[in-house]
Parts: sequence; C-alpha cells; structure tokens
Amino acid sequence: MTALENSLAASGTAGRPRLVVVGNGMVGHHFVEQMLGAAVPFAITVIGAEPRPAYDRVHLSEVFAGRAPAELALTTREFYQEAGVEAHFGDPVVSIDREARTVTTQGGRRFGYDKLVLATGSFPFVPPVPGADSNGCFTYRTIDDLGEIRAAAAKARRGVVVGGGLLGLEAANALRNLGLETHVVEFAPQLMGVQVDPEGGAILRSQIEALGISIHTGKNTQRIVAGEELPLAMHFADGEVLETDLIVFSAGVRPDDKLARDADIKIGERGGIVIDYRCRTSDSDIYAVGECALWGGKIFGLVAPGYQMAKVAASALTGGDLSFHGADMSTKLKLLGVDVGSIGDSHARSEGALCYRVVDERAGIYKKLVVSADGERLLGAVLVGDNALYDTLLQYCLNGIKLPAQPLSLIAPSGGEVVALGPDSLPETATICSCHNVSKGDICCQIDSGVTALSDIKSATKASTGCGGCAALLKTVVDSELAKRGVAVNNHLCEHFAYSRQELFHLIKVGGIHTFEELVARHGQGLGCDICKPTAASIFASLDNEHVLDKPHVGLQDTNDTFLANMQKDGTYSVVPRIAGGEITADKLIVLGQVAKKYNLYTKITGGQRIDLFGARLNELPLIWEELIAAGFETGHAYGKSVRTVKSCVGSTWCRYGQQDSVSMALRIEHRYKGLRSPHKLKFAVSGCTRECAEAQSKDIGVIATDKGWNLYVCGNGGMRPRHADLFATDLDDDTLIRYIDRLLMFYIRTADRLQRTSVWLENLEGGLDYLRSVVIDDSLGLGAELEAQMEHVVSTYVCEWKVAVEDPEKRKRFRQFVNSDAEDQQVVFVTDREQIRPATPAEKRELATVA
Amino acid sequence: MSCDFIACHVTDLVEYSGVCALVNGQQVALFYLPMRNPKIYAIDNFDPIGAANVLSRGIIGELRGELVVASPLYKQHFSLTTGRCLEDETVAVRVWPAEISNGLVRVGHPQQSLIESAA
Ligand code: SRM
Ligand SMILES: Cc1cc2nc3c(=O)[nH]c(=O)nc-3n(C[C@H](O)[C@H](O)[C@H](O)COP(=O)(O)OP(=O)(O)OC[C@H]3O[C@@H](n4cnc5c(N)ncnc54)[C@H](O)[C@@H]3O)c2cc1C
Ligand code: SF4
Ligand code: FES
Repeated sequence: MTALENSLAASGTAGRPRLVVVGNGMVGHHFVEQMLGAAVPFAITVIGAEPRPAYDRVHLSEVFAGRAPAELALTTREFYQEAGVEAHFGDPVVSIDREARTVTTQGGRRFGYDKLVLATGSFPFVPPVPGADSNGCFTYRTIDDLGEIRAAAAKARRGVVVGGGLLGLEAANALRNLGLETHVVEFAPQLMGVQVDPEGGAILRSQIEALGISIHTGKNTQRIVAGEELPLAMHFADGEVLETDLIVFSAGVRPDDKLARDADIKIGERGGIVIDYRCRTSDSDIYAVGECALWGGKIFGLVAPGYQMAKVAASALTGGDLSFHGADMSTKLKLLGVDVGSIGDSHARSEGALCYRVVDERAGIYKKLVVSADGERLLGAVLVGDNALYDTLLQYCLNGIKLPAQPLSLIAPSGGEVVALGPDSLPETATICSCHNVSKGDICCQIDSGVTALSDIKSATKASTGCGGCAALLKTVVDSELAKRGVAVNNHLCEHFAYSRQELFHLIKVGGIHTFEELVARHGQGLGCDICKPTAASIFASLDNEHVLDKPHVGLQDTNDTFLANMQKDGTYSVVPRIAGGEITADKLIVLGQVAKKYNLYTKITGGQRIDLFGARLNELPLIWEELIAAGFETGHAYGKSVRTVKSCVGSTWCRYGQQDSVSMALRIEHRYKGLRSPHKLKFAVSGCTRECAEAQSKDIGVIATDKGWNLYVCGNGGMRPRHADLFATDLDDDTLIRYIDRLLMFYIRTADRLQRTSVWLENLEGGLDYLRSVVIDDSLGLGAELEAQMEHVVSTYVCEWKVAVEDPEKRKRFRQFVNSDAEDQQVVFVTDREQIRPATPAEKRELATVA
Repeated sequence: MSCDFIACHVTDLVEYSGVCALVNGQQVALFYLPMRNPKIYAIDNFDPIGAANVLSRGIIGELRGELVVASPLYKQHFSLTTGRCLEDETVAVRVWPAEISNGLVRVGHPQQSLIESAA
C-alpha cells in the first residue's frame, strides 16, 4: 500500500466525507467544536504544527504572572479521541495538492480530503534587520516561545521589546514580571498607533514610563551586533545605541498563508488568504478561518471575529446559512495596569466625524468620542487610564443608540450630568459577549425558559467564558432582566434564610436565640450552608461570646475558626500569636524562635507587626499553642472575622516628635477589643503624631495623637479597594475616644452586611458620615448606653480561645489528623527554600515520589 | 454493598461536621448528621481542586436539596451522596458506602467517581 492508501485506510472514513483541518490554534479548535455537534458526519482529521493541542493564546502572558501553562489548554488529545477526531500534533503540513486532494506533512504523512479548512493563524513579523537572528533574540506567540524567553531572562538584567503595539506592551509587561529592566523600542512616533490616537498615546506613554519602563519612540533599528557591556547592542538610525541581554520582537504579525500561496489559492496584496462571506477561498473545497484569512481586504487579529468565522465555515459545510460580514474590532485591555479602550472608528476617519476630548494629565486620563456629523451617533471612542465607560460607549456605537444632546456629558468628569446607559436601554440585538456572540436577546431567551442563575446562563450561552471582558455587563443585564420579570434579586442571605444579615441579627437578639438549630426552626428552613452558618456563628459570638468550639457552634464555623488557625494551600495551618501594638520582649521573641525551630515552621514578619509561623500540621496545633501559652502568649485571632492588629508607632516615650504615648493607647485598644467577632475583620492603628508612621488613616479605626489628645479616623481600608479613613472627631481624651469606638463598632456589628468591611458599610450607610456622627456622638437613636453595655459584655467575657481549647480534652480531640490513626498526611510535603520550609509544588511532589 | 472495614467509634464523630479516617491507607472524610437518614456519609478527603486532603474540614450544608460539603480551600461544593462537584461538572470525588452499627462506623469499598465511570 502507498502512504496515502495507508493513511486513508487508517482513518477509517467508511464513506463519510473527509474533512482535514490544518492548524490547531484557538480558531481551528473552535471550528472543530462547531463541527462535532453538526448533522453532517464528517470524518475529521486535525493537523497542528505545535506539539500540543490548542490553548488559550490570549492569556499567554498570565504564565509570567504565575499561571501554569497547562491551565491554558482549550482541549486535550483524549477529548479529540473520544469525539472520534483523528489529531496529529507537532508535524506541520508543508503542501497541498489540490488536484489529488491531499495534504502532506513535514514528516511525510499524507492525508486525503474532500473539504479542507486552513486555520494556520499568523506568525510574528521580525523586521529584516541584520543581526535580528542573533542568540538572545526572540518572538512571542507560543508556549514554546514563552519557555525560551523565560530561560533567557533568568540570566539577564535588561530586556528590550521591539514594537510598541498591544502585543509589544504585553511582552514588556512579561519582561517586567520576570524582573528585567525593560525598554520598549517603537518605530512610530507613538505607542499603540493602531488603536489609539496620538494624544491618547502620549498619556499612555507617561503612565507606562511612571512604572519604570523606558520608552523609545521614533527609533529605527538598523543593526544588532555584539555589545561591549551586555551581549547585544542595537544601533538606531539616529546614531544612538542601546545594549541589552535579550530582545523580543513584537512588531506585528503576518498571516500564515504560505500553504495557500504555494497552492495558487488567491492571496491578498499584502498577504492573507482571500475568503468570501462563507469563508470559502478561491478553491470552493477549501476554507480559511481566523488570523490567516483576509475578508473585505481586512485581517481580523482578534479571537472574537475568528470564532465567528469558525461558526460560519461550519455552517457552510453542514448546510446552514450563516455568513460573515466583518466584525467589530473594539478592544478593551489593561496593559501594565493601565486601562486602554478603543472603539470603532477611533481615528475619526469617517467623513464629517467630529471629536470630543477630555484630558486629565495629572490623573493620566484621556477620553475621546468620535461622533457622526449630525451629532446623533457614536462612531468611535478612545479611552486611556479609565475604562469604566467602555461597555456603555461600545453599546452606543454598536447599536446606533441616539446620543444625548450634549455628547460631552458622557465623558465629562463627574459633576456634569451622568448619562450611564442602563441595561434597559439596550436593544434585544445588542451584543453582550462578543467572544461568543451572545446578544441581550439570547440572554432573555434563557431567562424566559427558566434559567435564572448567572452561572447557568453562562454555561448555557457561553457568555463571558472567552476573554471575560463582558462579565460585569452580563451581570447587570441578568440582574435587570430578572428584576423586570419579578424574580426577586433579593438581599436574602441564602436559600435557607429569607433575611439580610442585619434582619437576622435583630431576630437573634430580640428573640434571645442562642443556637443555629433554634434559629433555623424559628426563622429558616433546611440544613443551612456555608453562607448562613458562619454568619449566624458570628452573630452569636458578637452577642453571647461563647467559645467557638462549644458543641452547638462547632459545625457552623469556617475551617479557620474551627481549628483556630488559617488553612494554607496544602492543608497545613499558620500560627499567629497576638503581639499587641507590635511590642514584644526579647524573651518572648526567643520563645517564638524556639517553638518555630522545634516544630520546623516557616517564620515571617507579617504586614501587621507580628510574627506568623507557617506549616503546622493539624495535630501539632494544640502542642504548639500549649508551649506558646505557657510562655505568656495568647491567640491572635488571625483566623476569625474579628480584631486583627493594632499597629502602632513608637510614640512619645522615644520619638522626639511624639505628642502622646501611642504604644500605651494601642495596647489599651488591642486588649479591649481582642476577641470581638464582627461581620468582617477589624484593623486599628495608633500614631504618635501627624507624621503617621502607623498608617492609621488606612485602618477601620485610626487614632492620631495631637498636643491636646487624640484625633479619631474611621472606616479606612487597605486591601483590594483602599479607602482613606474619614476624620470623625478631634482632640478627644482617652475615655471619650474609647467610648466612641465602643459605640461605633457595636453599631457596625449590628447593621453591616456579611463580609462587609467598615469602609463599604459607611459608603452604604444612608446619611453617611454625618449620620454616623449623630448616632455615636450625639446619641440621636438613644442607643449609646445599650451599645456600650453590649461591648462591655464582650470585653468582660474575653478568654483566650486557644487556652480553653488546649485545656479541654473534648475540644482537643478535634485536632486529630485521623480519628483512627496517628499517621501523618502523606500529601503534605515540604521542600527547603532560603533556609526554611515551604510546601512542595505539584511537580516537586511528583519528583520526590518517583525518587522515593 | 458490604461495609467490612471498621473506621472508628461513633463517639469519634462530630455532630453536623466532619472527621477524617484512614482506611487501607486512604483518607476518608466522615460526616455525621444524627437527625438524617442515613446518619453517616463518607467521601474522599482529597479535594481534587485544591489538591490537598481537607474535605473533612469543610462546612456541611444543603444546596437545592442536595447534601454538600464546602471545601475549606476554595469553597467548591461536593455532594455527600454522589461526590459530584456542583461548580464544575468535570470534577467529582469518590463516595464510600458507610453505616453505623453497634456504635461502630463501618465503611466499604469506594465507588468509582462519576467522572471515572463516565470515561
Ligand atoms: C500574614 C499576612 C501577610 C504577611 O505575610 O504579612 C496576611 C495574610 C493573609 N491575609 Fe491579609 N495578611 C496580612 C496583612 C494584611 C494587610 C496589611 C495590614 O494589616 O496592615 C492588609 C491590608 C489592610 C486591610 O486589611 O485593610 C491585608 C488585606 C487582606 C485582605 C483584603 C481585605 C480587604 O478589605 O480588601 C484579605 C482577604 C479578606 O479578608 O477577605 C486578606 C486575607 C489574608 C489571608 C487570611 C488569606 C487566607 O484566607 O488565607 C492570609 C492568611 C495568612 C495566614 O495564614 O496567616 N488580607 N492583609 C499579614 C498578617 C497581618 C497580621 O499580623 O495579622
Ligand atoms: C500574547 C498574545 C496576546 C493576545 N491577546 C489578545 C486579546 O487580548 N484579545 C484578542 O482578541 N486576541 C488576542 N490575541 C490574538 C489571538 O491570540 C489570535 O487572534 C488568535 O489566536 C487567532 O487564532 P487562530 O487560530 O487564527 O491562530 P493561532 O492561534 O495562531 O493558531 C494557528 C495554529 O496553526 C498552526 N499552524 C500554522 N501553520 C501550520 C501548518 N502549516 N500546519 C499545521 N499547523 C500550522 C500554528 O502553529 C498555530 O498553532 C493575542 C495574541 C497573543 C500572541
Ligand atoms: S497579599 Fe495577603 S492574601 Fe494575598 S497572597 Fe499575600 S498574604 Fe496571601
Ligand atoms: S466578550 Fe470575551 S468573554 Fe464575553
């Protein structure tokens, strides 16, 4: 048998038409997926040049930020096998014989086809500069490229990216993540010329320079030779020289059309396989989809249009009637932490187009609207530094929604009239998810057929499962549509309680309820869940302050509370003793060292002025705590929704600027509120003067000394969404300060939502800061005495939870790894790094297992 | 389904919560719901998403009528009766037959997980 007959026999086509797909990138794979459900049963063969099945190229850069390459996989060999698709990887197709209807691979295999689909994507363009192929020069498109760049970066100090477009800036971010001094060299006078106009480009440039990346625009690289100090030297046309360890070329991509070109299929003037509105090439048995295809004189270098082509080609092959009519090329990204958005005709090339611009150089924000000559429709937009308006503007543009009379009001800084486009004003045809082409109508359809959970709508329509950029819009649309249909978008805690946390607090308090069983019996239903149980436990603790491991409460707690320690990624725990105010004696430091050494714990100074010991096994926790308690330590509640630390500066006892004794005040506050359970964690700080070394204005409760007493700041937050605390009252004496804090915290505990920090609570509190002042300072609700008494109860019933736990054999039983064995968890494996332990990575575990 | 391995005593269990037992070298999470029928549920202790032996330390609950444990690591819910992960249909843990008799907790051989049996 000839090779051809061989492969034909092997593929067992048995009368089915043979479909060969060349290229297994994002679009090629999407196409195969479309074909799998199709009515016409093709015998499908996939041939990919890369050694692995399709993966998510769009999120390639996340690998530099720590994501495992394997997580990018879009499919597996097994998936294809089970679906009956014959797939070959790592062996590119080198020629098409249109007469014989075969393709041949580099490895000499030949495959016959009845229909052929080219999904070969594009390849990175490397400018024809002498020396561009030197050692240390790379491109950036595949997982393999990424591995090579990473290996080179490990030995490098400086890296240069050639190309200041979208991908170039992404590559620059990658180099920066790898710890290199990063430069971007761009031929054009501005960054991201394709998407953004020159003014937007300038703002983008200053934002990126502020991150420490050097930008060189208007630079024409003439040659690359060996450098004097570093391995490579780039010589520019203007005579300047830049030396570097490595260079990544990211100067654009070119459609990979060689196969088609060699087979005399029609190619565009500047490359790209010409296709019609059904994705057919000049040979009616051959289709092209994705970045290799040229439609209407344009290449579409984004996944969303590629996916549309994949659908259209699949439809064409299976008797459907979908067609391709171009695609929207709007993009929204976060490049190096800077928002960039470009919509429609961003360069205002349409006839008669008018522009509106807003520039805030200080904040690094640029917004531009491109509007039709009659001022009625949005044709395009550019956003730099703030993408909040992107979704709204995109909808205006795509759906031709009539603009407000003053289009500028859309982008004017707040103060002007805010004309946000509610989900209601979108037509049914509005595209919500462009990756998967899901319209508002599609979503309504799902809701009308009874699918109401956001996650179910996502899996039914695939919306928001591509680039993820539409997630926020999808949620608003779903919420609004549910509300319209009378499906309550409610504040109910969960399916077991038709109440908000605040209502539940009230019911528990007024009803004198002390256990979860009683609470469910009287006000809820079912068994409860991981939302309502910890919420109820927290309310019981705020009111009753019983031990969290007492029998009625034990099953209610999150693992961190149950075991009085924070669980780490490998199932071990951390130990954080309280070090009030950050003050610690030498003797206690020594004990911490001894305990850490004895139990081989990883030791770290935390961001909260204390010491964290990591890597304790469940059964070791009581043993460790026994020793710590004997040395005078108590629990630090690092595990609970409760008081964390009171950070302090050294204050007037030592510091020449200190106005008051900030350490004493920090100790007083910490010892008063330690153990207090609340809707979320609480952090405090006390600074001895206005220099604010304790950063009190970033805390829930911040105290700053003045020459007359204390200034109280409230509801600050670091973390995910930082908020400066508000000045609440000035020049307070010690006792007034404490009274205000008592009242404020108890009022927060009563009224806040679950997992709501004080910052968000205040922002949602009707009447805001003034109302809070009236409740706490003027006692406008007449609640003052009650709030103080409640706090006094918590303070006076404080016991160290760990002390109680280690002394009670029943409670200690909880800390057995296995109820029937003293063995250790074999899955917990440590390796040594920088002279301390850390959890082994999965790869290290496998390696250790094979050695053993 | 014969449960021939004695895992522990009923008094080793914690009401409305979980403990872990070692059965032939494998870790089994045992959950005790004294007011339910059956009272005892057993699944793998290994959380395939968090990749650690922690499921016995999660909170037990009920979602849309299904008994579940919430993984303490990343909070996915696993059914105590089928082992299915509610958030990701490609993931499941094994369910072990279990029973209480004469104050002893017995378990049998684990059933293939839903994912393995589908493959
Ligand atoms: C250990 C520590 C990091 C360090 O190595 O320094 C740390 C570690 C954790 N932080 Fe933190 N945070 C630590 C200081 C901070 C700080 C800085 C500070 O307190 O001055 C912040 C920002 C300040 C703030 O909270 O406003 C901080 C903001 C967060 C947040 C975001 C909170 C927010 O409102 O946005 C979380 C997530 C959460 O609570 O939901 C978090 C959650 C966590 C958790 C509990 C995550 C988890 O569930 O495993 C980590 C537990 C580690 C452990 O086992 O002990 N951690 N975390 C710090 C412990 C301080 C201490 O002694 O208690
Ligand atoms: C770092 C990076 C970030 C990006 N970010 C975004 C983004 O945010 N949003 C967005 O929409 N797009 C983004 N893109 C672009 C997006 O990845 C592409 O539009 C998409 O991958 C195109 O899919 P494709 O299948 O047409 O081509 P590709 O994904 O390139 O796949 C083509 C495949 O065909 C193979 N092949 C080529 N020739 C042959 C042959 N002769 N035989 C066999 N196989 C062959 C190639 O090896 C390749 O695996 C990004 C791209 C990169 C590199
Ligand atoms: S910032 Fe805090 S929560 Fe995040 S990894 Fe560091 S310690 Fe953990
Ligand atoms: S737009 Fe990309 S996932 Fe919806």
